[in-house]
Amino acid sequence: MSSWQSISTIAAKVNAGQAKATELVEQALAAIAKHEEFKAIIVTLDAAARERAVKIDARVATGEQVGRLAGVPFIAKDNFLVFGAETTAASNILRGFNAPYQSTAIEKLEAEGAICVAKANLDAFAHGSSTENSDFFTTLNPRDKTRVPGGSSGGSAASVVLELVPFALGTDTGGSIRLPASFTGCVGYKPTYGLVSRSGVVAMGSSLDCVGPLANSVEDTALVLEIMAGKDSRDSTTIERDPKGYDLENIDISGKKVGIITEYMGEGLDPKVAERIRAAIESLRQAGAELEEVSLPSLPLGLAVYYVLTPAEVSSNLSRYDGQRYGHNTPGATDLHDSYTKTRELGFGAEAKRRIMIGTYVLSSGYYDAYYKKAQTVRTKVINEFEAAFKSYDFLLGPTAPMPAFKIGANTDDPLQMYLSDIMTVSANLAGIPAISLPCGEVDGLPVGLQLFAAQKKDRQLLNFAAKTEELLHG
Amino acid sequence: MSNEDIRNQYTVAIGIECHVQLKTKTKLFSGANNDARAAAPNTLVNHIDFGLPGALPVLNEKAVELATKAAFALDTKPQLFSKFDRKHYFYPDLPMGYQITQFDEPIVLGGHVDIIVDGEKRRIGITRAHLEADAGKSTHPVGSDYSLVDLNRAGTPLLEIVSEPDMHSSAEAKAYAHELYLRMRYADVSDANLYYGNMRFDVNVSVSKTDELGTRTETKNLNSFKSVEKSVEYEVARQIELLEKGQPIIQETRGWDDAKLKTFSQRSKEDAHDYRYMPDPDLPPVTLEESYIREIEKSMPDLPDDYRKAFDGIGLTGAVSEDILATPVIAKMVMRAISFGAEHAKRIAFWLMQPQSEEPEGEDVVVDVDVEKLVALSEMVGENKLSSTAAKEVLSDMLKSGEDPEKIAESKNLIQVSDEGAMAEIVTQVLADNAKAAEDVKNGEMKAIGFLVGQVMKASQGKANPALATQLIKKQLGI
Repeated sequence: MSSWQSISTIAAKVNAGQAKATELVEQALAAIAKHEEFKAIIVTLDAAARERAVKIDARVATGEQVGRLAGVPFIAKDNFLVFGAETTAASNILRGFNAPYQSTAIEKLEAEGAICVAKANLDAFAHGSSTENSDFFTTLNPRDKTRVPGGSSGGSAASVVLELVPFALGTDTGGSIRLPASFTGCVGYKPTYGLVSRSGVVAMGSSLDCVGPLANSVEDTALVLEIMAGKDSRDSTTIERDPKGYDLENIDISGKKVGIITEYMGEGLDPKVAERIRAAIESLRQAGAELEEVSLPSLPLGLAVYYVLTPAEVSSNLSRYDGQRYGHNTPGATDLHDSYTKTRELGFGAEAKRRIMIGTYVLSSGYYDAYYKKAQTVRTKVINEFEAAFKSYDFLLGPTAPMPAFKIGANTDDPLQMYLSDIMTVSANLAGIPAISLPCGEVDGLPVGLQLFAAQKKDRQLLNFAAKTEELLHG
Repeated sequence: MSNEDIRNQYTVAIGIECHVQLKTKTKLFSGANNDARAAAPNTLVNHIDFGLPGALPVLNEKAVELATKAAFALDTKPQLFSKFDRKHYFYPDLPMGYQITQFDEPIVLGGHVDIIVDGEKRRIGITRAHLEADAGKSTHPVGSDYSLVDLNRAGTPLLEIVSEPDMHSSAEAKAYAHELYLRMRYADVSDANLYYGNMRFDVNVSVSKTDELGTRTETKNLNSFKSVEKSVEYEVARQIELLEKGQPIIQETRGWDDAKLKTFSQRSKEDAHDYRYMPDPDLPPVTLEESYIREIEKSMPDLPDDYRKAFDGIGLTGAVSEDILATPVIAKMVMRAISFGAEHAKRIAFWLMQPQSEEPEGEDVVVDVDVEKLVALSEMVGENKLSSTAAKEVLSDMLKSGEDPEKIAESKNLIQVSDEGAMAEIVTQVLADNAKAAEDVKNGEMKAIGFLVGQVMKASQGKANPALATQLIKKQLGI
C-alpha cells in the first residue's frame, strides 16, 4: 500500500479540514529529498508549492470547497510548462528557460486544488525509453537501482512508485507513459489522441503526443483524466470529453469480448513475461470475460512507421530551438549560420540530433514519397486494422513491453535495440486509441505491465474495464 | 535587324504571385493584434508568434472567410477541403523555424482575372490561392554587426494568389496587378494598401522563341504597379540580350532596385532551400460547408466589374470609369447616386473624380458627405439655380462643413437669378451702357453677344443664368 491514500480521499480530507495542504506538500517535499538518490526529479518548486498550499488551507478555513484535487501534490514531467518554473524537457538547449505561460493540463489540475511540487526527469524532449537520453542524468528504477525506470516519463513513474506524490503527469508519444509504468510497477494511462490538451507541453511528435497520468490505481488515474479531459481553445486537435465523464462505475466484465493480440504474444516476448500475461488472461476468463486471440498483421510494421513519422515531426518541432530568442545560445559565433550550428551542436544531445537527421532525411524532396508518405499509408493500415478489430472486440490486450526493465547502459550503444522496447506501445499512438498499462505481477522481482486497448473515445469504458482487471490481479 | 525586330521574335511569358495581406483583427494563428502600422516593434507578439515551446496555432476563422471572399473576387469558389503544411527554413524572423502555409491543398484552385490592355480584353488564369502566415521583419542597420527583428508582422495572414504565365507584356503585367488590387479592395478582403506593403508582387518572367516556356527568373517583393511594369521591361530586355549573345538564362531569384530601375541577382536555384514540406499536425484540415460558402457569396459586396457595368449604363466608360473606380469611396457614392438618376450620378462622378496618381497613396481618400446632399446640389444645377462654377464652390464648402448645399449657396449668395423681371432690368441697363456692342449684335455680329452676356454676369455678380441672359438680350434687341 502506498503511503498516500486515494486522491479522492486526500481531497475530501483537505476540503473537510481534516488534512492540511501545507502538510501534504511538506510530506511530498520530504519524500523527494529522501529519495534524491533515484534522480527522479529535475527541480522542486518548494516556494510556489508552499504558497499555493497556504492559500488552499486558507480557503478551506473560510468554509470553501476547494475542488476535487484540493491540496493534492503532484509532479509534472519537465516538458510541461508550469508558471514560474524552469521547463527544460531535460535538454541543455532549454536550460534556464522559465515558462511565461502555463500548460492547459496544469491549469485544469490547479483549478481543482492540485499543487505541482516538482518537475520530473525524462529522456531529453521525450526521446527515449529509459531516461538515459536525459541531458542531465539517468533516473534509477525504484525496484532495482541498476536498472532503468523506462522512458521517457521515467522520472514521473519513479515519483509515483517512490511514493513522492499520489500521481504524476507524463506524455506518451510511442509508449512514454506506459513503458515506465510497466518497468516500475504503477498504472500509466495514454488517453485517446486529443482528449487532453497539448497546449503548453513541449512538442515531440505532434500527431501522436498524448498527455496522461501515472498513478497508484485506476481510480486515481480516472479522476485525473476526468479533470484534464476536454476541448481546449488553445489546441485545435482536442476533442469533446465523454458526456458521461470518466468517474468509475461498477461494471460487470462477464461477457466482455477481449482480443489477445497475436503479434504481441509471440516471438521476441520474454517467456516469463508471457507467463504473467497468460495468468492475467486466465483471471479475466474466470471472471467471465470472453478472450480469444486476434491477429492485427500490420502491427509489427508499427515501429518502423513510428520511427519515420516521429523523427519527421521531431525535426520540425525542434526547429524553433535556435538560440535566438530563448534557451541556450553558444557564444562566439561568427555569423548567423555559425550561431545556429554552434547552438544546436551543443544544445542538443545525441538522440535529438539522430532524430533531427532522420526526420530531415525522410522529409527531403526525393525521399518524401518513399519514407514519409509510405509511412502515412501504413499508418492508415494500422488504424484500419484496429478499427476492424474493435468491431468484434470491446478491448484488446497484450503485454506493455516485451521484457522487464533492462540494465542501465544495456542498450545505450544500440539505438535500434532501444527502439524495440516500444514495439508494443507505438501502435496505439499511431491509431490514436486509448491504452493503459497495469501492474501484472513480477518476473525475478521486476514488475510486468499488462496493456489494455480500446477504440478511440472509449476511454470511459477502458478505465472501467481496467479497474475491474486491477481488482482481479491484486484483489 | 532592329532591336524591335529581334524582340518580336520572342514570346514573353509572365506569371505573377501576389501576397495579399488580409484585413483580420488578429493574426492567422494567434490572438495578437494584426494592425502593425503604428505599433512599436515586438509589441504585437504572443507565445504563438514568438514560437515558445508548447505553443500551438489556432486558425483564425475570419481569414478563411476573407479567403472565401477572395475566391469569389477571382471568379471562382473556395475548395471544400484544404489543409495547412509546414515549410521549413531557418531565419531569425521565422520563430518556429517553419512557415505555416498550404502546400498541396490550397483553399482556392482556379479562377481568373480579366484585364483590358490597348482596348482588348484578356483573361488571366489563376492557378491557385493559398493562406499562409507572414514572417517577421528583419533589418540590417548599415555598418553595424547586428540585425534587428520585429515580429509584429509574424503571423499576419496572407493570401498568396498565383497566376498562370498568361501575361505577355509589361503593360499586361501592370494591368493584372492593378486589377487584382481593385478586386481585393472591393471584395473587402484587404486594405490593399501598397504603401504599407499590404500587396506585394513576385513576378516570374521568361522569354522564348519557341512554344516552350523559357527559363524564368523571379523578381521578388515588388510593391508598386510601376515596379511591376518596369521590372518586366528590364527582365525581358536583359534575357533577350543574354540569349542573343548565346548566353544562358539562370533560373534565379532577383531583387529590384527602384532607384536604378534594374533587377539584380539574389539567389540562384542551386542554393534554393529544400523546404521539407509536411502536413501541420497541429491544425486539422479546413472543411467548408456549401451553406457557409453560399452565405458568404450572398454577402459579397459589388466588385469592380459590377461597378463598370453600372457606370457603363449611365455613359461613364473607359478611363473615366477607371478613374472613378480608383477611389472606392467615390465609386460607391456614384453607384448610390445612380438610383437618383443618371444625370446626377454623372455630375457627381465628375465632381468627385480625383486627379489620378500613378500609385495609390499611403492614406485613403476620405470623402465625408451624404450622397443625398450631392444629389441635392446636382438638382440645383439641373434646375439652373447654380452655375457649374458656383456648384464647385458649394461642393468644396460642403465637403468641409457637411452643410446643406442650399444653405451654402444662399449664404454665399450664389443662387442664379432666373427671375425674368429682375434679369430684364439688368439686361436693359447693360444694353444701355454698351450701346456699341448692342448695335453690333443687332447688325448680325453674334460674337458680341458673348461680351454682353459677360457684362450681365458681371453686373449680377455671377448669379445670372447665362442662358436666360442670352435669351433676354436677344429679346430686348428684337432679334
